[in-house]
Amino acid sequence: MNKRSRFMLTVLSFGYAFLYLPLISVVVYSFNDSQLATLWGGFSTRWYGELFRNQQILDALFLSVKIAVTSATLATIFGTMSGLVLARFGRFRGRTLFSGMISSPMVMPEVITGLSLLLMFVALQQLTGWPGQRGFSTITIAHTTFSMAYVAVIVQSRLAAMDESFEEAAMDLGGRPLRVVFDITLPLIAPAMIAGWLLSFTLSLDDLVIASFVSGPGSTTLPMLIFSKVKLGVSPDINALASIIIAAVSLGVAIAWLTMRRNTKPT
Amino acid sequence: MSNGINKNDELWRRFAIAAPYLWLLVFFLAPFAIILKISLADPILAQPPYSSSFDGDGRPAMSLSNYFFLLSDKLYSITYLRSVAMASVTTTLCLMLGFPMAYGIARAKPATRSLLLLLIVLPFWISFLLRVYAWMGLMNNHGVINNLFIWLGVIDQPLQIMYTDFATAVGLVYSYLPFMILPLYASLERMDLDLVDAAQDLGATRTRAFWDITWPLAKPGTIAGCLLVFIPAMGEYVIPYLLGGPDSLFIGRVLFDEFYSNRDWPLASAVAIILLLLLVVPIVLLQRTQAKDGEQAA
Repeated sequence: MNKRSRFMLTVLSFGYAFLYLPLISVVVYSFNDSQLATLWGGFSTRWYGELFRNQQILDALFLSVKIAVTSATLATIFGTMSGLVLARFGRFRGRTLFSGMISSPMVMPEVITGLSLLLMFVALQQLTGWPGQRGFSTITIAHTTFSMAYVAVIVQSRLAAMDESFEEAAMDLGGRPLRVVFDITLPLIAPAMIAGWLLSFTLSLDDLVIASFVSGPGSTTLPMLIFSKVKLGVSPDINALASIIIAAVSLGVAIAWLTMRRNTKPT
Repeated sequence: MSNGINKNDELWRRFAIAAPYLWLLVFFLAPFAIILKISLADPILAQPPYSSSFDGDGRPAMSLSNYFFLLSDKLYSITYLRSVAMASVTTTLCLMLGFPMAYGIARAKPATRSLLLLLIVLPFWISFLLRVYAWMGLMNNHGVINNLFIWLGVIDQPLQIMYTDFATAVGLVYSYLPFMILPLYASLERMDLDLVDAAQDLGATRTRAFWDITWPLAKPGTIAGCLLVFIPAMGEYVIPYLLGGPDSLFIGRVLFDEFYSNRDWPLASAVAIILLLLLVVPIVLLQRTQAKDGEQAA
């Protein structure tokens, strides 16, 4: 082993340790019996039990999942349309503004997006009376807006990489453009749409800042509830919650990776 | 693209453009117009707490007073400067750690490479908030790091790690490191290793080969990675709040406090507009590099 690869190995080990040690420590401490989350008081699974009896957490989880499913679905619909428009529709009036608006929500700091949307909802309520109460609908709208940008980018790059000959062939055979979209284009970009939906779902479940701005009294999403608890310091039931999420994500990713590897191996 | 223009098809084309277009106009562009308008108003005791853009006689009543206030008040300029400084430090540290990591991943055997890459992406799927929270347990006065050091006998009193700028920087680097590694990896992976070997065969030192070959070829990835870290780090709210403690001055926190604690909506809007102005150059730069990258890939 030469000097360079030893240096590489050291940096990589340090980097991965940096990424994973905090997560491992949370999982270890979630089995800590002590009320004081940082002192070791023996092995116990009591915090997991307490988690499932905590109605507040379950309610927040339900609201978060409801928002994530709705906003991911809306974002996939609008995002796919936008991706199609940008990749296949050529020039049209206002295209520059459109592509600018599509990519901007991805790079906008969350505090700005959140504040501006809230001020817009307040102004809208003054003018029209809607939204009377902020909560599920306003958070869903906010999440749809930034998620559709990601879906649009994924769909657009998939369409750019795919050649148009299938669509052209269908068109030459007399297929109407609208039918070609539904019979040829959509099935071909389905993997990109699924990837976009999953990404939107995760982004929505993960968002704290924007949801805090556009939410109203009585609507607390899971990240908002977690934030209000961890503001006060380390808490053992949040350790348990974090461990469940870490385990679920790791399991899902491991299964996805193994299936993918098995499918690609023969080639 | 088609000559079989049918009424339904034309309708579909219009609908596919109009639906997302309208959505973005209403929920993305209009909010910016409103935030700009409110930043020019005065705070008043009313619901909503800002003055109208027109006075009783229908004359425009807007002023730049919020901006003058922000620029003249030392507290705000210091906060902006500190945010820029913290975001720059974060970006530099991410680059210093991320570059060798991305290089190592790109040079690994293909089977190992996909696993290493997966391990970089995996934390993305775990809640951002909980990943920041994990550091609270590590850096606490009675946390894992302090307990370990005391047990090892390095220190006898717990170190104050939490609620410092150091803790904020660690949290920022931790959260944004994958944003640096992924674009860097993408450009390093495309690089032809033979070029480096050739340079060394022709007598270039390892350092020389790095600066003359590897670095220029990795430049697009470096620029994209740095911007992807710098831009969100500037507006960060959660990390300085949880790890930086109550006095940590960060522009995202000031905006939040101005809005919720002081209920000064016009001032909070002006804070947001100035933050946006500071980020215009990095954001435009990022979109340019990404557009160029897209052209190259196509």
